[in-house]
Amino acid sequence: MKTCLVVDDSSVVRKIARRILEGLEFQVTEAEDGSKALEICQRQLPDAVLLDWNMPVMDGFEFMGHMRRLPGGDQPKVVFCTTENNVAHIAQALSGGANEYIMKPFDKDIIADKFAEVGLIPVGQAMV
Amino acid sequence: MTPTEYEYLRKFLKDNSGLDLSADKQYLIESRLLPLARKAGLSGIPELVQKLQSGSRALITDVVEAMTTNETFFFRDKVPFDHFRDTIMPEVIKARAGRRSVRIWCAAGSTGQEPYSLAMCLKEMGAALTGWRVEIIATDLSQEVLEKAKAGIYSQFEVQRGLPIQMLVKYFKQTGETWQINPELRAMIQHRQLNLLHDFAQLGTFDVIFCRNVLIYFDQETKINIFNRLARQIEPDGFLVLGAAETVVGLTDTFRPIPDRRGLYKPNDPRAAAAKPALAGVAPRMAVMAGR
Repeated sequence: MKTCLVVDDSSVVRKIARRILEGLEFQVTEAEDGSKALEICQRQLPDAVLLDWNMPVMDGFEFMGHMRRLPGGDQPKVVFCTTENNVAHIAQALSGGANEYIMKPFDKDIIADKFAEVGLIPVGQAMV
Repeated sequence: MTPTEYEYLRKFLKDNSGLDLSADKQYLIESRLLPLARKAGLSGIPELVQKLQSGSRALITDVVEAMTTNETFFFRDKVPFDHFRDTIMPEVIKARAGRRSVRIWCAAGSTGQEPYSLAMCLKEMGAALTGWRVEIIATDLSQEVLEKAKAGIYSQFEVQRGLPIQMLVKYFKQTGETWQINPELRAMIQHRQLNLLHDFAQLGTFDVIFCRNVLIYFDQETKINIFNRLARQIEPDGFLVLGAAETVVGLTDTFRPIPDRRGLYKPNDPRAAAAKPALAGVAPRMAVMAGR
């Protein structure tokens, strides 16, 4: 079973994301900010990170930079999931090592499409 | 919805759009027509049926459009676009190296995601098509849908379905909450209103025809009719692309599937196909008009 770390300071968003990702057969862990997420990644890297941008303590972009520098940190697929929906932010995320980018609000179809796009789930599964 | 109302709607849609719903598509009707009924201030499907029976013309168009408009997204099903890039275009580029032009028809272009996906594929090919004349004709039954396709403006939800983020950044311009596809890509596509039940010989011949997820709605006789007429609009070495749930197998010999390329078909030699008397028996009325 693939693992996904959901990083978002909203417990409601984490809960919705967890439900969707568990439906896509991911084992889900949660973190409420970048610093807590980094601690989790230092113990064990997930296959995927669904990552909010604006969070207290450490934001998503900074977290991604730290995570990418961990041994094996280039492996997890990072999918941003944020209300930052302008091209400048998207471009910054991509050049900083993000694999995909979701603009909130999101739903199951969008998550499935984006996860299929980066090879986390087979394409067929996204269409169900 | 009562069985009588369902039967009425089935027949109504068959007569007005060629849409052929099987007996178990109540859910489809409800999911498409209930929002429409509410929007029109009606209490539900029964009242909608009453209005249709009394001949409300505006409503007739709305119902046909609501039922025939597919949910569509960029690079839908992915595989056909991989085939387009890896199988179809390399062969076309080789075969048309002399005249350096390619004509593509999206026969169910809907709100534009499919033709624009093809345009993006072609752009990504870069130098291989430099100096080529590329024509993409996108047709759809619905004028409203065509207007949307022409504008190329999509909501944040729509651009997140099937479209890789790099493509969004590269080929779209953001305006507030919406995204518009670049003028350069919009200029690659001609949009035309067309009902596949009617003659389409005037469109000319094509190297590639995408006709996905529209024939599933038609009955067998209509499908055969359309395949036979499509065969007349396709170059002998051209490609036909059908949806995942569609096939020519068992319907017509005018096309043959390409092995290991799901959804991809080549026209058969017309003389070979014409030699089959079984096909002559189902030769459609409109084929005569289409001529060549």
